[in-house]
Amino acid sequence: MIDQTFVELSRWQFAATALYHFLFVPLTLGLTWLLVIMEAVYVMTGKEIYRDMVKFWGKLFGINFALGVATGLTMEFEFGTNWSYYSHYVGDVFGAPLAIEGLMAFFLESTFIGLFFLGWDKLTKRQHFAVTFLTAVGSNLSALWIHIANGWMQNPIGSVFSPETMRMEMHSFAEVFLNPVAQVKFVHTVAAGYVTASMFVLGISAWYILKGRDLPFARRSFAVAAGFGLASCLSVIVLGDESGYTLGDVQKVKLAAIEAEWTTEPAPAGFTVFGLPNQTTHQTDAALKIPYVMGLIATRSYDKPVIGLNDLEKEHEARIRSGQIAYADLTKIRSGDKSPETRAAFDANAKDIGFGLLLKQFVEDPAQATDADVKAAAASTIPKVWPLFWAFRVMVGLGFLMLLTFGAAFWLNATKKLERHRWLLWTAVIAIPAPWIACELGWFVAEFGRQPWAIGEVLPTFLATSSLTSGDLIFSLTGFIGFYTLLLIIEIYLMVKFARLGPSSLGLGRYHFERGGPSAHTVPAE
Amino acid sequence: MLDYETLKLIWWVLVGALLMGFAITDGMDMGVGSLLPFVARNDTERRMAINTVGPHWDGNQVWLVTAGGALFAAWPMVYAAAFSGFYMAMLLVLFALFFRPVGFDYRSKIDNPTWRNAWDWGLFAGGAIPALIFGVAFGNLLQGVPFHLDELLRSHYQGSLLTALLPLLNPFALLAGVISLLMLTVHGALWLQLRAGEPVADRARTMAMVLAPTVAVLFALAGIWLWVSGDGYRIVSEPAHGSLPNPLAKEVVRAAHAWFDIYGRLPITLLAPLLGLAGPVLVSYLAKWKRPGLAFTVNALAISGIIGTAGLSLFPFILPSSLDPRSSLTVWDATSSHLTLMVMFVAVAVLLPVVLAYTVWCYAHMWGRVTAQEIEHRSHSAY
Repeated sequence: MIDQTFVELSRWQFAATALYHFLFVPLTLGLTWLLVIMEAVYVMTGKEIYRDMVKFWGKLFGINFALGVATGLTMEFEFGTNWSYYSHYVGDVFGAPLAIEGLMAFFLESTFIGLFFLGWDKLTKRQHFAVTFLTAVGSNLSALWIHIANGWMQNPIGSVFSPETMRMEMHSFAEVFLNPVAQVKFVHTVAAGYVTASMFVLGISAWYILKGRDLPFARRSFAVAAGFGLASCLSVIVLGDESGYTLGDVQKVKLAAIEAEWTTEPAPAGFTVFGLPNQTTHQTDAALKIPYVMGLIATRSYDKPVIGLNDLEKEHEARIRSGQIAYADLTKIRSGDKSPETRAAFDANAKDIGFGLLLKQFVEDPAQATDADVKAAAASTIPKVWPLFWAFRVMVGLGFLMLLTFGAAFWLNATKKLERHRWLLWTAVIAIPAPWIACELGWFVAEFGRQPWAIGEVLPTFLATSSLTSGDLIFSLTGFIGFYTLLLIIEIYLMVKFARLGPSSLGLGRYHFERGGPSAHTVPAE
Repeated sequence: MLDYETLKLIWWVLVGALLMGFAITDGMDMGVGSLLPFVARNDTERRMAINTVGPHWDGNQVWLVTAGGALFAAWPMVYAAAFSGFYMAMLLVLFALFFRPVGFDYRSKIDNPTWRNAWDWGLFAGGAIPALIFGVAFGNLLQGVPFHLDELLRSHYQGSLLTALLPLLNPFALLAGVISLLMLTVHGALWLQLRAGEPVADRARTMAMVLAPTVAVLFALAGIWLWVSGDGYRIVSEPAHGSLPNPLAKEVVRAAHAWFDIYGRLPITLLAPLLGLAGPVLVSYLAKWKRPGLAFTVNALAISGIIGTAGLSLFPFILPSSLDPRSSLTVWDATSSHLTLMVMFVAVAVLLPVVLAYTVWCYAHMWGRVTAQEIEHRSHSAY
């Protein structure tokens, strides 16, 4: 009854549009703060070179921001267009943070961004600084609200299923807002954005230093990026660990899958550094383990176990059976049975209704499912392990490599030994793509690790779709990928062109390409 | 906490206000985009037109984003059924809108006529196509939309790909689309008359003078068409307005002239169509008399009148179903829970005035005519 191809296509489209969107978001989140720092120095010292820095990095910011806006529009409408049953089923809770994001964050960011680019001559120094600051606040607030929405998908608290309206309804806005998953993921993600922007500025500045041009401009930019990047990278790692702790509490399946923890180990569990998770045998081949570490990360204790996937699957099987009963009672209520007994019977198993819905991938009426269906549904609650296991490890590995890069950059810059260590400058250039890869992998872990649920333990992904056809999806998916790729190529072309030009692109007449050749090493007029 | 029925009504007003806010602000820059090939003939003239909206179009577009978010939060079932039902039309709007952020930011970054012309056409498409399609959508709401809800309240829509898109583009809906496109184009023209240097401002003035009366004529024509065609839906019986939302609990019939019911019951509502008819005529004269500021304000009222007329005629319907009238979604049975409506009402009541305040601050600080000299002076930083 469920068209698997259509469900897969819907998932691919959401994944593609979201991952494309997130190519542009992290740079926006972080670069705004770097611009704020640079402009603050300009306002305090009055040195023109800092204004030039704001204008130049602001130009690159703009090239990136434009695609962030374009691809972001899709996200606002895609729940309705492609996840229409989801929109009905959880809009009561999920829609609120999205709407508040528009009101509180997008308006702020987008209203002031135009003045950031075009208001230099019309605003006083302080007014323009305020504009830059408010843009940064706006973009970071949007990250807060989207994580409140996303956090609720991972850990749907503050809400309850209503059989009368056939949907989840909010019972506490405060609980939804203060969702611990949302809060840790928000700080982890914005810090990742700060790392991305720092690596971007660090790498491009390093390249100018390697080329020996616009040195005062490049050195100052490098210094700002190294400091901000080091602090941010430490935050990402610490907050990522905090995120792991929260997972251990509320998303046991995701944690166990990331760690390829098939069976529950005696506490404290070891951390598998390397291994080849095997979904059929439920074992990890060639595993290399560090004892105790995972237990410490996930439970912050020596004695609490991390529950393995096999045990979780058994737990889920029991919940599916109770979900079957809930579904049978739901059917009675939906067909007009208003008796308090039916309602009480439904309420007894209501928390498992989502597990009951999992059976709809096999049968129209979950109450009629066979024992084999139940077992298959329970097996479907365990996501594919190896992609999660590896995506997570690559992300963490990149995080530590970036930490080393920022640490060395900060140290060598502070001790004024930078130009003698060209290897570091080259490392910074080569490392530019690293934060993007880490960010995309991070989202992959977060969202793929939530499968098979659209809303954790509430609404299965395959039910959440719209009533469209595979044809519709092939058409739109091709359109999105084609259009986005074309725009991405144009964006990268412009980005590379202006990054190569450097501050000369501002047309101020005092930078490298405007003064011609060898005079490049002289200090620009300030 | 306000009672449920009152909140449901408030949210109908708020969604309407957000749509009007979108049309008045973003409609203006979409209008400028639609006019770009006609009022600006060389690069400097185009940059003059573009830079009158350059600092503001992005903030303006958030009205659309917020209206989308508000639909999701306040009318989840409408958001679900309409956006998936109008799938191909939504894609068309989205793809056209993609041209705007990149068009504005990238166009003047490279000094090459082919590059700049290409983006100018992108800005034209990004303005004209959404303006047209939003009108087409309203035209279809007035005719009823072929969808139904099943027992689990999942919406099913008739048709896919072209068989879903082409019926949307029927003559009446296209008429509504043209009204929408023209009213926003007039809005853009008045903005250019107010903010662009010569000769762009003068050409824009001519456009406004000619197009504004056309809006009034087509709007009247749409009203007559609706009366003659007999489209309309009426609720025969329904649960109490304050009860838990359940669209399937009511009875609805298709009834000729039903879309005119409200004007008989509540004559004050006639103000909306009157604004839509008289406003554009007055706008035409004000443009001629070189009072673009006043004309812009009157046109904002005319736009509100036209959108208001559509909303009032449909009331209490939001999304009538032609396939299964009972599945129609209304102000009373497609809303969120009592708590969510209240939370969102507070959020809007607190945040929207703040948004309006800083939006005014931004417009005030960027005020002034965008002249050719200014474009040449700021050629590295202007759009």
